Formats: sequence, C-alpha cells, structure tokens
Amino acid sequence: MAEAERAARVEYDMGVVRGFTIWALIWGAVGMAVGLMAAIQLAWPEANLGPIHFGRIRPIHTNAVIFGFTLGVIFAGSYYAVQRLCRVRMYSDALSKIHLWLWNAIIAAAAASLAAGHTAAKEYAELEWPLDLAVVVMWVIYGVNFFGTIAVRRVRSMYVALWFWMSTILTVAMLYVFNNLEFPVSAFKSYSIYSGVHDANIQWWYGHNAVGFVLTVPILGLMYYFLPKQVGRPIYSHRLSILHFWSLIFVYMWAGPHHLIYSPLPDWTQSLGTAFSIMLLLPSWGGMLNGFLTLRGAWDRVRTDPLLKMFVVGLTFYGMSTFEGPMMAIKTVNSLSHFTNWTIGHVHSGALGWVALTSFATLYYLVPRLWHTEMWSRRLVDAHFWTATLGIVLYVTPMWISGVTQGLMWRAVNPDGSLAYSFIESVAAIRIYDVLRVAGGAVFLSGVLMMIVNVALTIRRGSAAIPREAAPLAPAPAAGGR
Amino acid sequence: MAHEWHRRLEARQLTFAVLAFVAVAIGGLVLLIPPYFLQGTITPLPGVKPYTALELEGRDIYVREGCYTCHSQQIRPFKTEVDRYGPYSLAGESVYDRPFQFGSRRTGPDLARVGGKYPDSWHWIHLRDPREIEPRSNMPRFDFLLEAPLDLSHTRKKLEVMRRLGTPYDDAEIEGAVASAQAQLAKLADGLRAGGMEISEIGGRSEGLAVIAYLQKLGTGIDWRSRGATEGRTADAR
Repeated sequence: MAEAERAARVEYDMGVVRGFTIWALIWGAVGMAVGLMAAIQLAWPEANLGPIHFGRIRPIHTNAVIFGFTLGVIFAGSYYAVQRLCRVRMYSDALSKIHLWLWNAIIAAAAASLAAGHTAAKEYAELEWPLDLAVVVMWVIYGVNFFGTIAVRRVRSMYVALWFWMSTILTVAMLYVFNNLEFPVSAFKSYSIYSGVHDANIQWWYGHNAVGFVLTVPILGLMYYFLPKQVGRPIYSHRLSILHFWSLIFVYMWAGPHHLIYSPLPDWTQSLGTAFSIMLLLPSWGGMLNGFLTLRGAWDRVRTDPLLKMFVVGLTFYGMSTFEGPMMAIKTVNSLSHFTNWTIGHVHSGALGWVALTSFATLYYLVPRLWHTEMWSRRLVDAHFWTATLGIVLYVTPMWISGVTQGLMWRAVNPDGSLAYSFIESVAAIRIYDVLRVAGGAVFLSGVLMMIVNVALTIRRGSAAIPREAAPLAPAPAAGGR
Repeated sequence: MAHEWHRRLEARQLTFAVLAFVAVAIGGLVLLIPPYFLQGTITPLPGVKPYTALELEGRDIYVREGCYTCHSQQIRPFKTEVDRYGPYSLAGESVYDRPFQFGSRRTGPDLARVGGKYPDSWHWIHLRDPREIEPRSNMPRFDFLLEAPLDLSHTRKKLEVMRRLGTPYDDAEIEGAVASAQAQLAKLADGLRAGGMEISEIGGRSEGLAVIAYLQKLGTGIDWRSRGATEGRTADAR
C-alpha cells in the first residue's frame, strides 16, 4: 500500500510557472511604460521623435499589455492550477520550456518589428506573417501541453476553471488563424486575403473576441480558481458556473459587429451585433455574481486582505464595463461614443480594473507559494491596490468626460443647421483630459513598479528549491465536487 | 439534480471540447459567411478604380506609420458627419482596400474623402509640421517621410499579389508598375515646384509624396466635389 502510494506521487512543475510569472511582470511594466509614452505623445506632440511616434507606439503598447502581460499571467495561472486540478505534472516539461521561451521571443520580436513599422494594421493582430506563424506554433504547443495534462488527469471531473481555459485555447486558435490569413509580398509585408467591409467584419469578429477570449474568459478562469482559494470556500454555485460558461462563450462570438455600427457593413449584421451585445450582459453579470457570492460570510476579510480587495474591485469593474459595453453597442449611444475617448475609457476600465487587478491578485497569490516564503511586504501589496485603484479612476474619468465632450461637439449645430465646431476645436477642448490621463497612467504604472520591487525582494528571500508534490489521492475524487 | 448530465460531461474532455468549439463557431459562421453573397459588398462602385502603383505604395506607408490609429476612413450616415466630411461611406468604395482602414478612434478628423480637399502643397507642409498649418494640432511631424526615398523594389510584386487576390490590374499595369510610380512622383514634384515649393531631389521621389498621392485619391471614387453638392461646400468650409 505504501509503495503504491509512493508510485502515485507526483511532483508539480513549478519552474515554468515561475518563468511566466517573472516575464509577465517584466512585459507588464514595459507595455504600461510604452502606454504612458503614448499618452504623453498625445498630450505633447513634441514627444513624437521621428519614427518613434504615436502611430507606431500604440500597437506596441496594446500588444505588450495584452499578449505580454495578460497572456503571461494566464499562462502562469493556468499552468499552476491545471496540475493541481488534475493532480498530475504537466504533460511535457519540454513543451512547457519551449512554450515559455518561444512566447518571450515572440513578444520581443513583436516589439522590435512593430517599432520598425512592420504591421498588418489590424488592431491586436498587427504582427506580420512570419510572427503569425510563430504565434500559431506557440499556441499549438500550449494547447497540446494543456489538453495533454487534462487527458492524463487523476481526477475524474474537470473543474470550472479548466472549461474556461480549454475554450480559450480552442477559440483563440480559430480567431487568430482566420483573421490573419494573408498573402506575403516579402518577409516583412503581406496583404490580407479579405478586403473592405469583409476585412472589417472578420477583424472585429477577431478583435472583439480577443477581448472576449484573452481579456475575459481566461481571466474568469483565474477568478474561478484563485478567488475560492484565497477566500477558502468553494465557488458559490456550480449551476451558475454552467450557465455562465456556456452562455458566455456562445453569445460573445456574435457581438463583434458592434465595432462597426453605422459602417457600410450590412445592416442586419450590425443589428445582430447590437442584439447579442445586450444579451451579453446576462452571462457577464452571472459570472460576476458567482464571484461576489463566493465571498458570502467572508466579507469582513475584504477589509484586511489586499488580494481580496483586488478581486472584489476587479469584479466590480468587470460588472461596470460589461454594463457599459452593451450600452455602447446600442445604436443611439454608439452614434455619440464611437470614435471618441469614451471607447478608450471603456477599454481601460475593463483592462486596468478587471484584467490587471485580477492578474495582480493572481500573481500575489502565486509568488509566495512559488518561492516558499511570505511576500516581502504586505503593506506594499496594500499600497499597490490603492495606487492601482486611484490610477484607474484618474485615467478612466477624463476619458469618459472627453469622449462625451468630443461626441457632443461633433454633432452640435447652430440654429441655422450648420456645424457649431470645427474638428480642431474638439481637439483643443479635450487637451486637459489628455494631460490628466498621463497622470492616471503614471500613478497606475508606479503601482506596478512597487509590485516588481516587492516580488524581487520576495524572490531574493525565498527559495525555488523545495519541490511541490501532489497530495496523495483521496479515495473519492474531491475536485470538481464543489 | 437537474444538471447531473453536465456532471457526466465534465468527465469527458473530448466531448466537452467539441461542444465548446461548436458553441463558439456558430456565431462566426452566421456573421462572416452570408455577407459574401451580398453583391454590394464585393462589387466596386462604377467610379472606384484600383490604386495606381504610387498610391498603393503611399497607402502601405500610411499603414506602416499607423495613421489609422488616429484617423478613421468611414463617414457615418448622419447629417453632421456628411456636412463635415462629405457623403457617407459605401461598401463598394473599399473593395480594393487590403487591409481595410475604417479605424476606431478619431484623434484627428476622418480622411475617407480628404482627396481633393487640399492642394498637394498643403499636405507637404502639413506632413512636415502640422503646427505650421494648425497650431492646436497634436499630430506628429512626418518630416522624415519627406526625406526618405521611396523604395520601389517590391512595387511590381505588390501589384501581382493584389491581382492574385482579385484586384483587376492588367499585364501592362504590372509590367509598368515602377515606371508609372516614377512618372506620378515626377508629376507631383513638378507640380509642387511650379507652385513655388522647394523640393529637393530626394524629396521629389520621397515616401511623403507617395502618401500625398494616396491621400488625394481617398474618397474620389464617387465624383462628389465637382457636383457642387451642398454638403461638399459645407465640408470644405470646416
């Protein structure tokens, strides 16, 4: 019996999780610093230095924070959790290592090639075809490793978080391949096989679902695993998880055309996009409530636990932006908000409020466990939480105000029906908000720098040497039983 | 319990994955396939011609510099938009656009119909330093484009690829792509010089000139300026 137990012992691979944790933080700091630079360039055009101008900087910012920072956290969290939820080591150590370094190489090459002006010019899909191929290889490696681990699991049932990550892997593969089909002219230049409205249609099918299946679905996976872990009680409702999961992934995929309202895209397509965007409110709030209700009876701990503060404020921003999004998808509202800073405010309330705060909480959960020590400073974690929250408010509020201001100025008419303002007057009117945004971004970035210092000092104090073992199997599988 | 069937599904990885994939694939199939059967989205309007070799090169530079991150090319069907920019955009106008350039944020104004709105010399000065023309502008200076010679080594290949993808270039246009680009550059440069602008030898075959050629083409597929439409005059006024 004792021998069988020993044979059944599994040592988790935490090396790959440590790698993704560190690199996610590095790319996060880089991506947000580049974002700050973009904000400075908008407020002070003299900060555009030759070819290093806003038009090239902005895609570097979005790619670094979405595919460097956020994906890095998703990889770290999902590699950590899948081994525990399946009670096995990763399917292949070699694939884990290749995944980590290929991903890092792609992000570095992406930054360099975008700076050099090699771009396919589709938002969040800017990389040129050789890098697209590398991304596909990297994603297949992640998929094989992740699905392979689940395939050899020693726990019968797959926990909710795994559903979210599995659907992420499948959906992103589909989105990425079809949106990036292009015909090469040279090693650095290609043309989309789609043109005009079809190119727009498929791009926003992709673009909206990059938000859906990189910034939402896998982050919900993190929430479903790490929030119950931190609270120390199971997720509120399994039935709600089921409803949440299937309705969310089904409905999300229809909402893309809300980026093309009043464009030359066929009207029925736009209307479908609007209708499904409004429907999306329900599954989104279902997931938010499942998270909030997990805290039932533990709300007092939100006062003292900085990680729970991050999860709770993160879920709150998730609820706010998934309410705001459907509203902005209504034609009447969209006619005002589209093309303005309101969109930028909406994106950042989701990206900084929901994605980044949940990601920070996940990393703060992981770091002490990966290096077998306490965080160097718990007060600094708390300070990071407050800094981040202040930064978000300072960033998003000016964007909302300037968005509405600009939208109203564009449509304002004199009593005789002529336009009340020239375009440049609307640019001048929002300049103060462009300056305020720089302040918001700087505050938010300073929180990330606090985190990096805190994590670095934690790592120096801790040790990576102690192996993490799977718990011996209980007679009846417990995971998934929540 | 009512969701006992789902418990069984949670133990079956392959079935679960297949069902999840089906769930996400349906929306895309419904939204992306049927528009291809709508003629209006794949047929160019009568006046819409493929880009000349130089305009295509200029467009590629416009794309390279990320101009779309601040300028939309999509006029919405509102009176105020039509007054400001010209007739609203139609699907048949962008059939040769790879990639599309609708944009998502107007940090600067829409450019869908900027063609013919200003003289070439205006664009030259504006690219050199937007604040020479409008002190409140926050657009970056693109003076470096006016000193960078245009690379024509891929021009022919670009037209070939475009033809393969469906743009109706004929053999003569592909054979003469480089010569045509050079001729159009020379014409633009001569025009600027004739108007009293100082254009260097490199400036006369620069990336900036190609961008100007592209900008002057935008939105001219329908002949709305010469029609003297009311909205046209208002748009020029603003």
